[in-house]
Amino acid sequence: MDGAIFVSQLFNGLSSASILLLMALGLAIIFGLMGVINMAHGEIMTAGAYTAYIVEGAVTHWAPALSTYAFLAALPLSFLVAAVLGLIVELTVIRHLYGRPLETLLATWGVSLIMQQGFRSIFGSNNVSVTTPTWLRSAWHVTTNLDLPYVRIFILVFAAVVVGGVFAYLYRTRSGLEIRAVMQNRDMAACLGVATRKIDALTFALGCGLAGLAGCALALIGPIGPTTGQAYIVDSFMVVVTGGVGKVIGAVVGAFAIGELQSTFEFFTSATAGKVLIFVLIIIFLNIRPAGIFPSRSRSLD
Amino acid sequence: MTMPSINKASALLILGFVGLVCGPLVLSGFEMSLLGQFLALAILAIGLDVIWGYTGILSLGQSVFFGLGGYVMAMYLEASSLQPGQVPDFMSWSGVTQLPLVWQLARHFPLTIALVIGVPWIVAFGLGFLIFRSRIKGVYFSILTQALAVVAATLAVNRQNFTGGSSGLTGFTQIAGASLYAHATQVALYEVSLLALGVAYLLAWRLCHSPFGRVLVAVRDGETRLRFFGYDPAAFKTFVFAFAAVLAGISGALFVPQNGIIAPAQLGVAPAIEMVIWVAIGGRGTIVGAVVGTLFVNYAKFYLSNHYPNAWLYFVGGLFVLVVLVMPEGLAGISRRVLKHFRSPEARSHDQGTEPA
Repeated sequence: MDGAIFVSQLFNGLSSASILLLMALGLAIIFGLMGVINMAHGEIMTAGAYTAYIVEGAVTHWAPALSTYAFLAALPLSFLVAAVLGLIVELTVIRHLYGRPLETLLATWGVSLIMQQGFRSIFGSNNVSVTTPTWLRSAWHVTTNLDLPYVRIFILVFAAVVVGGVFAYLYRTRSGLEIRAVMQNRDMAACLGVATRKIDALTFALGCGLAGLAGCALALIGPIGPTTGQAYIVDSFMVVVTGGVGKVIGAVVGAFAIGELQSTFEFFTSATAGKVLIFVLIIIFLNIRPAGIFPSRSRSLD
Repeated sequence: MTMPSINKASALLILGFVGLVCGPLVLSGFEMSLLGQFLALAILAIGLDVIWGYTGILSLGQSVFFGLGGYVMAMYLEASSLQPGQVPDFMSWSGVTQLPLVWQLARHFPLTIALVIGVPWIVAFGLGFLIFRSRIKGVYFSILTQALAVVAATLAVNRQNFTGGSSGLTGFTQIAGASLYAHATQVALYEVSLLALGVAYLLAWRLCHSPFGRVLVAVRDGETRLRFFGYDPAAFKTFVFAFAAVLAGISGALFVPQNGIIAPAQLGVAPAIEMVIWVAIGGRGTIVGAVVGTLFVNYAKFYLSNHYPNAWLYFVGGLFVLVVLVMPEGLAGISRRVLKHFRSPEARSHDQGTEPA
């Protein structure tokens, strides 16, 4: 075992953490700010990944010369598709369930089952994969035995840009301000003229759109199947809970902590032992800090 | 007074129970075994209803306790038909020559029963103690139990030489010396499941309709206030969580010999959430609702996944959404409303007149 393997393992952990982060970011907004447990988040992500697959197929078919840049077109489209799907779910299901988190959990689980079967009917139950664009195929040779693949560097940078964008949106724009106002004190915000219903729909769509971006990034490093989302949903919730619900920064720190620890444990033990260790650690951690790394302060009694 | 209506309801329940006892007389072997499996599952649903419907703890990890009971029973079924010194095929394939300790214990029927009850109890008690002590509740608890389900399923897949890996444990031939293929054994398993269900029902009913049950409802509706009164909600929650886990373990142990297989797929998140829908459909907070819901959803699943394999997920997915949006009280709520509607006006006014002030 030499340092290079360890570094590249750390780096791999970092890039899978960034996908986890993109997933958890959307969840942190939907769960933390709205109190909705969106179990369909994984399927929304998968929808984003399938969008990347369709876009790539379409571009290769109609304009083969541009196929290597198809992925760039897929990014905004997968955000859009996921956001629209989220909007539909919000308008039909979630809207009736605000303030009842456990009910949203059950209803969105139903939505996720329907979407899974939908994917199966449309794309078949076998996995599909997206060809990595040629400009992301090689790797950065740091030393003779340490290669950092461009794909993973790209995902890392992409996640950083998205996080920056979300923060800028939430803290520097008017509608971001309205989102935070509604989540902090719905009645007061309504009194001051904020259209809370519209803000709810907007927030949910934004969270789902972020999941779509996560799916698009995921399509770069692995095959996509109808049940891909299920593998990520529980991990993402753990990230949100560990990070601290209601604080977007919590998702960022939580994702990197869990992603890194997991890949480190996997390096020294096995994938299974890594999962078990993480679970035990999270339970112990929550015993010490029940509200997560960044607790949101509140003086209200539930 | 409400006394006559309670009698009427319990008369109906006893009638239903007697009808089920006579089931093997009219049902074919296959139908009976199917119903027997669903009755075993209903035991789990009762436990889930006690913790969710009455105490307000939504566990998405009941499949884990079901699996613990199921795997212990499967180990017994597998190990008890082995010659001394022999190990199951999947173990010898991966080079294990000596039976692991738990497997050794599971060779004896009384010890198996003790493990079926003890293992889920210890796991749930330990976990509940840690989680409830740190005042993790509501959705956070649900998410943690969900992670537990993921961990358990992963472990069951990867500890291949202990659990048989992703194909699980199957190919059982006998239980306590009787052939599993004999009709008499199947009838016995059915009746034992029914009996266990009856006992679980009475226990749960007694538990929920006692001063203890009042505290459980108080945990659900106002945990903080309860704490101010000097109660320790964590102790109550831990106890009731362990109680539900034991019921889930027994449910798994009765399910496996009738179903013939236990596999990691039965311990994951998806089956755990499906279990919640049994209770939700039946009507959370009514114990009989949990039983009816379990039978209804499982029959629907059996029918649909056989006749329209693609439609099953659409159906169950739609069911989730529908139950939450349209009928939050489940079948129990609907039947209550229908009964009220059909009752004659005199009876209704009679009811109102005698309602205690």
